[in-house]
Amino acid sequence: MADLVRGIKNRKPKWYGTKKFGGLPYIKDLEISGSLIVIEGPDASGRSTQIEMLTAKLEADGYAVLNTGLNRSDLISQGILEAKRNVSLGKRTLALFYAADFADQLEQKIIPALQAGYVVLADRYIYTLMARNTIRGIKRKWSNDLFSFALVPDMTFYIDVDPYTLVHRVFEKRQSLDYYESGADLGISDDMFESFIIYQQKLAKEFVVLKKKFNLTLVNGNYSAEETYKRLEKQISKSLSKVS
Amino acid sequence: MSLSAKKTLKNHGIPGKLIVVEGVDGSGKSTQLRLLEKWLRYNGFEVFRTEWNSSNMVKSITSKGKKKENLTPTTFSLLHATDFADRFERNILPLLRAGYFVLADRYIYTAYARDVTRGCNPNWVRKVYDFAIKPDVAFYFRVPLDTAMDRILSGRPKLKFYEAGMDLNLSKDIYDSFRIFQSKIVDQYEEMSKREDFYIMDATKQIQEQQKVMRERVRKILPKKLKKKTVMEVP
Repeated sequence: MADLVRGIKNRKPKWYGTKKFGGLPYIKDLEISGSLIVIEGPDASGRSTQIEMLTAKLEADGYAVLNTGLNRSDLISQGILEAKRNVSLGKRTLALFYAADFADQLEQKIIPALQAGYVVLADRYIYTLMARNTIRGIKRKWSNDLFSFALVPDMTFYIDVDPYTLVHRVFEKRQSLDYYESGADLGISDDMFESFIIYQQKLAKEFVVLKKKFNLTLVNGNYSAEETYKRLEKQISKSLSKVS
Repeated sequence: MSLSAKKTLKNHGIPGKLIVVEGVDGSGKSTQLRLLEKWLRYNGFEVFRTEWNSSNMVKSITSKGKKKENLTPTTFSLLHATDFADRFERNILPLLRAGYFVLADRYIYTAYARDVTRGCNPNWVRKVYDFAIKPDVAFYFRVPLDTAMDRILSGRPKLKFYEAGMDLNLSKDIYDSFRIFQSKIVDQYEEMSKREDFYIMDATKQIQEQQKVMRERVRKILPKKLKKKTVMEVP
C-alpha cells in the first residue's frame, strides 16, 4: 500500500468519451500527479466504512487524502435533497441534476486535488448515476455521452452485496428504507420491502454490464467490514503492482 | 416515449404545436412572443408560454452559484439543462400531448450558442439535449449588435456577471465583455441557422410589421379548418 503513488509522476489525465468529444475542452494542458480511487456499491454496502479505513491507512502512510462523494457539492446538494422530496421530478431532470452536482465536484474538488498530488477517494462516481438512469428507462448511450467529460479513475471497486443482506444492514442503520434507494419512484411495488429488493437486484444487474464496460473490480462485501477491507486492500496492491 | 431533437411533433404523433423564439438579448423576441400569445388566445387556442431558466426548483441553485461566481462551463451547462428538462418533462411535453400551443422564449439553441461560447464541446451539448423535440417553427431574431446593445443598455444599465460573460475573461470592462460575448453568441446562432431550420426575422423592423410576419408563418401550422377562416388580422 505504501507504494500507492510511488512512481506515478505528473501525467496527462485520461478522460472518457470519444475522439469527437470527451473531457473538458476548456481545460488545456492539465497535468495530474495524484490518484483517483472510486468505491462503488449499493446503499448500506459498507462503502463509507471501507473509505474510512482506507483513509486512515493512507494517511498513516503519509498520503494526503481527499474524500468526496455524490451529492456533496456545496453548490447543489441542498437542491438535490429538496428535489428528492418532490416526487413529480422527471427522470431526465434528476439525471441532469446529479450530473451537474458531479461536474461541480469534479472541477472544484477532484481535479485540483489530483493536481496537488492527493489520493482522492470517491464514494461513488458516474457508474451509480448511469445505473440509476438505465433502470429509469434512459438509454445507456445517452448516459455514456453525458458523462464523457469525466476523468477515468485509476481504480474502481464495486462492493457486491446480496440484496437480502443489504436490507438487514439498512434496518440496523435506520429501521426504514430510503424512498429513492428503494426505487419507490419507479412504482415497482406497493410493498416497500419488495420494491427495495427488486430495485437493488436491478442495480446489481446493471452493474454487471458496467463492470464489463468500465473495467470495475468486484469485491465481495457479504462478510464483515474487516474481511471486506482485507479483500479491498489486496485488490488495491494487486492493481498497483500492474500500474507501477 | 422516446423522443429526438431531430424529429418534429408530427413525426411523433403529438397534436400540439411548439413555437420557439431565439436571438440575443435586446433582439425583441420576448415582445413578439407575447403578442403572438395574445393573438392565439384571442382566437381560442390553448397556450402555454415558458421561459429559459425559469424552473423554480433549479433557479434557487443557479442563482446561488451565480452569486458565488464559481460555476464552471460544464456545471453551468448542466444546470441549465436540468432547468430545461424539468420544464420539458413537467410542462412542455405533457401540454403538447394535450394539444396546446407551447411558446418557448429560448429553447435548446440558446444552450447550443451559450455553452459552446463558454467552451463546451458542441457535440457534447447536442447530445445532452438529445431528449428534446424539434419545434414546429423556430424564429430567429436577427439584429445588428449595436441595435441590441442600445436597447439593452438604455433600459437596464447594470449587467450581471454571467450575463456579461465575465467568466470568460474577455475583457475587464463589463460592457466590453458583454459586447464581445454577445457577438460570439451571434456567431453561433448564424452558424447553426441553416442546420436548425431557423425562420429568420428582421428584428430591425417595426414591432407590428414583425408580428405580421410571425402570424403569417404560424397561420400555416394552425389546424386545417381554422386556416381558411379569417383569423384576426394584424392592425
